[in-house]
Amino acid sequence: MPEFSLPRLFHPDKMLSQGDLTKQPVSLFNVWASWCVACRDEAAFLLQLGRTSGVPIYGLDYKDTRSNAKDFLHNYGNPYTAIAFDKTGRVGIDWGVYGVPETFVVDSRGVIRYKQIGPVNEQIWQHKILPVIEQIEAEHKPK
Amino acid sequence: MKRFLLLIFISVLPLVAHAGIDAFPFKNPQNEQRFIYLTKELRCLVCQNESLASSNASLAQDLRREVYHMIEAGKSNKEIIGFLVNRYGDYVLYQPPLVPMTYLLWFGPLLLLLVGAGVMVVFVRRRSAKTNGFIGLSKDEQRRLDDILNNTNRE
Repeated sequence: MPEFSLPRLFHPDKMLSQGDLTKQPVSLFNVWASWCVACRDEAAFLLQLGRTSGVPIYGLDYKDTRSNAKDFLHNYGNPYTAIAFDKTGRVGIDWGVYGVPETFVVDSRGVIRYKQIGPVNEQIWQHKILPVIEQIEAEHKPK
Repeated sequence: MKRFLLLIFISVLPLVAHAGIDAFPFKNPQNEQRFIYLTKELRCLVCQNESLASSNASLAQDLRREVYHMIEAGKSNKEIIGFLVNRYGDYVLYQPPLVPMTYLLWFGPLLLLLVGAGVMVVFVRRRSAKTNGFIGLSKDEQRRLDDILNNTNRE
């Protein structure tokens, strides 16, 4: 996982960095933007995930404005534990982002275990992402 | 003549296609040359088969800016390409690398052309061998043909 440190969307005086993601065994890093149409579809599903899956979702607000981003979250809900505000998209480049939305599964060692290009839905969650998460969680179980 | 010139002009255009919208001040002309070279060798990931040099897409602008900064910071071409391949994979190279795995990609079309040409040559040779037998008339048939022709002329 690339090192990064960005101001948070809601608390610009606080930073969000890779260290925050590695605090738990597994987390999701979701790249989104208020201007991204597909992100609206994804938002409802992410909300549900945020409530039920037990996996924290961190957000990267990509090439956006603070006010538009906040409006988006107000309209579509906020599933994120914390959101990094990537105004220029420079951190996005480090993650290899070329489309929005993209979602990364990250483990506590900072390794990216899976990258989803395009919105996450029930199908993709069940068949692609959940198996990876379960694998990671199994690695944490005492032998 | 006009059309011909227009055709030539259009076919050469892609070679010099340049977004030309960036206003990057370079420390020296070598840096600028390297920028032009690198952005032609790298792919615009969100476009259909365009290089970084010729695309107006937002990501392409961002990546051009990255390349510019890295050149000015003294990074080598290898380092810059490595930086991007590290993040975006081999796909970011406009031309796929020439390695054993891609030999078929590079030489396939030429190979196909040669095989096709070979097949054609064999096929045409065989055919003409056959038709030589066909077209030729025996002496008998030739005489009959001459008789018919002579008779028709008289009538």
